[in-house]
Amino acid sequence: MTGALEAALRTRRDRGGKCLVPYLTGGLGEDWLETIQAASIAGADAVEIGVPFSDPVMDGPTIQLANDKALASGVTPQLILDRLRGADIGVPTAVMTYGNIAYRMGYQRFASSLADGGVSGCILPDIPLEEVGPWAEAADAAGVETVLLAAPTSPDERLVSIARRSRGFVYGVGLLGITGVRDQLADSARVIAARLKEVTDRPVLVGVGVGTPEQAVEVCEVADGAVVGSAMVQRMLDGGGPEGVAELVGEFRSALDQRF
Amino acid sequence: MSAEYPNVATWNAATPNAATWNAAAPNVATWNAAAPSAVASNAVAPNGGAQPGFMADPSAEGRFGEFGGMYVPETLVPACQELDRAFRSAWADPTFRAELTDLLTHYAGRPSPITGCDNLSEELGCTVLLKREDLNHTGSHKINNVLGQALLARRMGKTRLVAETGAGQHGVATATAAALFDMECIVYMGTVDIGRQELNVFRMKLLGSEVRAAKSGSQTLKDAVNEAMRHWVSAVESTHYCLGSVMGPHPYPWMVREFNRVIGDEAAQQCAGLLDGGTPDVVVACVGGGSNAAGIFSGFADTDAELVGVEPAGGAAVGRAVPGIVHGSRSYLMQDEWGQVLEAQSISAGLDYPGIGPEHANLAATGRARYEPVTDAEVVEAFQLLARTEGIITALESAHALAWIVRAQDELAGKTVLLNLSGRGDKDVAQMMDVLG
Repeated sequence: MTGALEAALRTRRDRGGKCLVPYLTGGLGEDWLETIQAASIAGADAVEIGVPFSDPVMDGPTIQLANDKALASGVTPQLILDRLRGADIGVPTAVMTYGNIAYRMGYQRFASSLADGGVSGCILPDIPLEEVGPWAEAADAAGVETVLLAAPTSPDERLVSIARRSRGFVYGVGLLGITGVRDQLADSARVIAARLKEVTDRPVLVGVGVGTPEQAVEVCEVADGAVVGSAMVQRMLDGGGPEGVAELVGEFRSALDQRF
Repeated sequence: MSAEYPNVATWNAATPNAATWNAAAPNVATWNAAAPSAVASNAVAPNGGAQPGFMADPSAEGRFGEFGGMYVPETLVPACQELDRAFRSAWADPTFRAELTDLLTHYAGRPSPITGCDNLSEELGCTVLLKREDLNHTGSHKINNVLGQALLARRMGKTRLVAETGAGQHGVATATAAALFDMECIVYMGTVDIGRQELNVFRMKLLGSEVRAAKSGSQTLKDAVNEAMRHWVSAVESTHYCLGSVMGPHPYPWMVREFNRVIGDEAAQQCAGLLDGGTPDVVVACVGGGSNAAGIFSGFADTDAELVGVEPAGGAAVGRAVPGIVHGSRSYLMQDEWGQVLEAQSISAGLDYPGIGPEHANLAATGRARYEPVTDAEVVEAFQLLARTEGIITALESAHALAWIVRAQDELAGKTVLLNLSGRGDKDVAQMMDVLG
């Protein structure tokens, strides 16, 4: 059964377009929910919502800072999910956080909280294929799509298994490293996209190191779409608010739509 | 005095046991002379590692009971799997084991002796023996693991080491091995720890390593681990992550314990020659991540000896007994109700860590070992006590183990207690000058 997240991304792809998924930190600033809604209106196909964790090992300085600021303001996973419940985002959402947030709440309870909050997908970057079983079972039962990461270091046979177990889309990690904007798109971004496209029909989106509209266009020559995190979060940290983030999402959207 | 403490009397007086110890010069000499071959024979036929029961090998998925696993970003999974294969192959290879034994013997100075503490024993009413890991090269047990990992990294074709450090002991040991093996080395250390462990920071630089400040979060060991893992994610193809404790993703908790098993294997043999009955009543060690404790426990897990790990009260992961997932494994973890990791608080930078190795969580859950908290004030007292009674300036980490003995002296009356003195205290002297005014 195809979930709302995967359905939305497939729809974009089937029309010949490229998928744009901005990542925004939940609980960062008073207007974070309005910022997510603004990103949706500005052309996102789905929105990734970061639930802050104290020890985000996959994240670079920008998202670390956003996490720390949100946590310092007293935000909790429950507060974020409570505000999402009943909110009209307009596009599917996926929560990105770390395993311990889900584990502490209990996998079943966390999965059903996501479903209750209207969240379609979930990304837990420190729960790889070998460990994902108990979580994925709970998520499947609650109707939450578990997105798995595939990395430049993953051997071919792993890519097959990862793509098979992933729901929503397959998240290709664009480079060897942590989240953050780089001057140039790494060669590995297009390589991982091509390797994944070889083995799966599921939408293949690349994130980590995709920080400008030009880089998004470049990776989408191979991938079905791009996840853009640190650039968006930096805009939030700079006080750009819903308008500032919407403007940036619009720039990515236009660049992708002009090219594809 | 000694009449009040029959066991101490036994130790001092001319009972067969004490005679063995005191007349022991020959015995000790025999031990020392025999040690290299004894260790080498251990190496070929490892004791305990493959035996069923407590402190056996983890499951193929890297689990000790319900704890452990490999909770890392996908980028690192292939690296951990490669490391698992490489370690299994090396550990079964007599050439690798012989090379490591040679390094441990002629470079690190193993075997480390066991010191009987007559004065301290008399004061406490129990027989205290110290396993002297403080006498190793670089001043702690950390060299055991680091020489093993550096040798393994070279075998795997890696040219760089990255490490985290708290007190700086693991950082210094890693920097030492990097110098010896001519490898590039980067050590992450929390900004707070850099401030309180200046001496070790200078040592690492002197040894040719780069020390990078971990400025996020609590700016201590936990954050240094985060930064080291982030670095590894970015440089995984050329770099080996030389993790310093029995924590992290599989195979680290198992591999680091195996590299420290030499402590327990030696101590078991030494005790067999020194003690009536062959084993101490209690084996005690401090626990941050838990590598020195895992090392000495592994020599006694299949005996009747009681195993006690001592945590700082401000970093008592087992004391709170809440499981969590961080830094690659599922174990007990200090965290809030939402799963945010809490900042540990300890006078000792080396134990200032909110988690504990997964095998310790399993030893606690199964009841094979127990874990006790001690306060900073008790640690400061114990630090001074050992200096005053035995002329040994211990690391603050190891002083935790002694602090527990002091606290539990009534319970321990008449018993024989083996304490793993995991490190020496030179690095802590400046801090203690401030504390003691």
